[in-house]
Amino acid sequence: METYIGQSVKRREDDRFLKGAGKYTDDIKLPGMTHSAFVRSPYAHAKILSIDTTQAKAAEGVVAIYTAEDGCGAYGVPCGWQVDFKNGETMREPQHPLLAKDKIKHVGEAVAIVIAETQELARDAAELVEVKYEGLPAVTCPKKAMEPGAPKVHDDWGDNASFDWCIGNDRAEVEAALEQAHHVTEMTYKNHRVAPNAIEPRSYIADYDVNGDKWTLYTSTQNPHLIRLLLCAFALGIPEHKVRVVSYDVGGGFGSKIYHYTEEALLTWVSKEIGRPVKWTSDRTEAFLTDAHGRDHIVHSKMGFDQDGKIVAHLTDEYCAMGAYLSTFAPAVPTYLHGTLFQGVYTTPLIHLNVVAPFTHTVAVDAYRGAGRPEATYLLERIISKAAKEMDMDPAELRFKNFIPPFDGVNEPGYQTQVALQYDSGNYEAVLKRGLEMLGYEDFRKEQAEARKNGKLLGVGISTYIEGCGIAPSAVVGALGARAGLYEVGHVRVQPTGKVSVFTGAHSHGQGHETVFAQFVADKLGIAMDDVDIVHGDTDQVAFGMGTYGSRSLSVGGSAIIKSIDKILEKGAKIAAHKLEAAEEDLDYAEGKWTVKGTDKSISFGDVSLTAYVPHDYPEGLEPGLDFSSFYDPTNFTYPFGAHIAVVEVDSDTGKVNLQRFVACDDVGNVMNPMIVDGQIHGGVVQGVGQALLEEVVYDGEGQMTTGSYMDYAMPRADDVPMIETDRTTTPCPHNPLGVKGAGEAGTIGSTPAVVNAVVDALSHLGVTDIQMPVTPQRVWRAMQN
Amino acid sequence: MIPAKFDYKRASSVSEAISLLGEHGSEAKVVSGGHSLVPAMKLRMSRPEVLIDIKRIPGLDTITEEGDEIVIGANCTHSQVMRSEVVQNHLNIVYQAVSKIGDVQIRNRGTIGGSLAHADPSSDYPAVVLACDATIEVEGKEGKRSIPATEFFLGLFWTALAEEEIITAIRFPKVANGTYQKFFQSASRFAVVGVAAVQDGDGVKVGITGVAGTPYRATAVEDAYSGSADAAEHAVDGLEDLMSDHFADETYRAHLAKVMVKKALDAL
Repeated sequence: METYIGQSVKRREDDRFLKGAGKYTDDIKLPGMTHSAFVRSPYAHAKILSIDTTQAKAAEGVVAIYTAEDGCGAYGVPCGWQVDFKNGETMREPQHPLLAKDKIKHVGEAVAIVIAETQELARDAAELVEVKYEGLPAVTCPKKAMEPGAPKVHDDWGDNASFDWCIGNDRAEVEAALEQAHHVTEMTYKNHRVAPNAIEPRSYIADYDVNGDKWTLYTSTQNPHLIRLLLCAFALGIPEHKVRVVSYDVGGGFGSKIYHYTEEALLTWVSKEIGRPVKWTSDRTEAFLTDAHGRDHIVHSKMGFDQDGKIVAHLTDEYCAMGAYLSTFAPAVPTYLHGTLFQGVYTTPLIHLNVVAPFTHTVAVDAYRGAGRPEATYLLERIISKAAKEMDMDPAELRFKNFIPPFDGVNEPGYQTQVALQYDSGNYEAVLKRGLEMLGYEDFRKEQAEARKNGKLLGVGISTYIEGCGIAPSAVVGALGARAGLYEVGHVRVQPTGKVSVFTGAHSHGQGHETVFAQFVADKLGIAMDDVDIVHGDTDQVAFGMGTYGSRSLSVGGSAIIKSIDKILEKGAKIAAHKLEAAEEDLDYAEGKWTVKGTDKSISFGDVSLTAYVPHDYPEGLEPGLDFSSFYDPTNFTYPFGAHIAVVEVDSDTGKVNLQRFVACDDVGNVMNPMIVDGQIHGGVVQGVGQALLEEVVYDGEGQMTTGSYMDYAMPRADDVPMIETDRTTTPCPHNPLGVKGAGEAGTIGSTPAVVNAVVDALSHLGVTDIQMPVTPQRVWRAMQN
Repeated sequence: MIPAKFDYKRASSVSEAISLLGEHGSEAKVVSGGHSLVPAMKLRMSRPEVLIDIKRIPGLDTITEEGDEIVIGANCTHSQVMRSEVVQNHLNIVYQAVSKIGDVQIRNRGTIGGSLAHADPSSDYPAVVLACDATIEVEGKEGKRSIPATEFFLGLFWTALAEEEIITAIRFPKVANGTYQKFFQSASRFAVVGVAAVQDGDGVKVGITGVAGTPYRATAVEDAYSGSADAAEHAVDGLEDLMSDHFADETYRAHLAKVMVKKALDAL
């Protein structure tokens, strides 16, 4: 019986969050704790001529100052993914020092760290560190970075490429098909750089304890075990069993807190040097300058169609910025998380993508909500809508013509794409049909035609997306260059009284795991949710884990917990059978008790638990205790999909876009908590709308960021979006026990092209075919003028 | 986001504030709501050695009706102005403008005097005081004086306020028919263009913020106006210091100025 699964159970964690009682890293104050501030480069590219810390060292309250000369972290922070050149050359991976040595490679790169008694004194002293630079020309555009004579980010190689990679069918074959196509649609644009903007800035405390020679690192991360691994095995070369990484509450990540940042390693090193705990909390400007960004692709794409509108071939070339150094996931984002989704939801028979990934004098990019999949979806959905217009077809009709037919992955096999993946299950027509019905598409087209007669500019934009989530089968990602496995760990400890502690390697930074995981654990065990606690974010408590990103928590982390629950029930049945003097196969387990079939003889989960820990009358040869840990390595990714439809009105005088309606019909497989899934969709949609209409990180020609605060970087606000209308279809995932697919990124992936398609649609009768994102009033107005 | 070290003095009277200003000269900054100054200090772009807090000086936070005029004390917060029935009834244009400033938190702290003294070229109040022909009442070492709004704004963050003067009140003539039209900058929600227009007999008075380095009276529009909003075409005539940023370059900003002036004239 399911009491909690599928119910909109209110989030347990919200009580503490709403009362300001959350425990974020910056809330932690340790005895004897020092504070730190960084001296950061104002140049994007410069030689460091000298660093003078004399005056700063003499300043009030200063404990220590370190520069690269002091030998901190000789190895630098590593990249987590290796993507080699298509010609076989190994990925070019520069050393990423904890503090810049000799040369600066982006604005905000740390040159020195100042440790002082208070945060204020650390800041004051940091201003007294005198650094002399020799400024050098910088390059921030990934395409320009590959032009001959472009300023080089790293001197080690002949050009700025980190790798040059391709996926899909043979390029010549794709080119030939395009040449023979009835119609070819072409696009060139930039999928611009955005800043993730977690509300909690990064914050770290490193605490070295001489007793036992152990470190504790408190960090606002999405993956504490991964941080420990990278920190110990790579950045500092210290034994992993000597380090505990803790991340209690984390205020949002959106991918930017996967990355093992230099500051985490440096603080850990500093703490032993000074023999005291040391804290650093980023301020918002530092966050803009040093948190990993997302996107930054320059795209040139061609899609060919036959005379019926069937896609015959798709060829794309991209320049995707890596930034100055390789972040933990950066090489994977424009490749294996991007090119592998170029099939979309369509039957395209020939696909080729080539990606050149250059270093630029900017902060690194990394996975940002959706990571590669929003960029793939943006391309497919924009170019298909553009093609529909060129071929004088309805954009919905063109999509229906090209959809992969429905398959459930059980009776029908999964769908093998041209770009390495096999989709699990899908029914793409159904979501678009439902989306169009929710919108009232036919009526809207009539309304639009009327409005145009009155000079009103209304537009509708469709986007039908698919994403690869639940990352991922370790063997697959290993073959694709991942330097780690991507399984998950679920540990279920039944206490003697029958209360349950669940330790998960997934990590909540806003997702609501404490609620959702407790929902299915309670249901599977037939006990009350109040009897289940979810523990995460502490490497000393949780055996291992890969953390949360790529919408993987429930499908991978949840499945690991299910495996442990199965083991608990299996062992529990042995104990129950012994106590009930019955055979195991004669028992049923339901509603928290084992019952001998056809009788009223039963024993409760609590009694069995107590017996397991007080094994006086106990099955012979059975170990005491009721405590199991499992690793779950999925057999495939999961593939959520959906249809997003936006309606906009464009102000003909100012070019301002008013988003009037947003309809989202998503299929995320089975749903554990509809409220939380809706919340994920809402938040994701708004984040995608943000990229479409408002957000943009701008670097000028010298590599200075001109959008380093909320005065210039436009975040979406409540009044920028309408009420989001959501619905769902349910196509369960066939390969995990809960049948779930993941919902964390869907909103961001589907929404951006829907909005831009709507704006272009509103202006299409004026001859507008594309507008560069974000479609700001100025850009829209200018497009209307041309 | 931690300011440089500073001293803090709280003035309990206008004269004390003025004498503190005299004592500390250009090292000092006057603070009331602090919603322009403190963010700049946190970025260490502004680093005064002394802050003179005038927020608690009695008598500077009243809104009074004096015959045909409304006098708003310099320390009145935007929320206070917004909620005032006197303002809503007799200075609705001010109500319209104030309700478009920032968000609730900002309106609860920021003050009219602080906003005008700071003279951010994109803030809302300058357009309104210009269009209303308001008077900025100031007090300094040399005594009190009244500065017409049209003579108050001298440039980017630069006013006719002398070093040892503070604003005590803003005196507005009652306005029967006025409007404030704002095109928001999407990040800061300051004005890319803010236009205040006041009916003046058969004519019109137009104040514009956000467009130029100095908020200005659109006299070319006023001269061309004869009852038709077409006069909006002259919104940027003769202007030499048009602002430009990645939200609006000079061409688009000039276009927006005309659009917003037209909206304002249509709304009268």
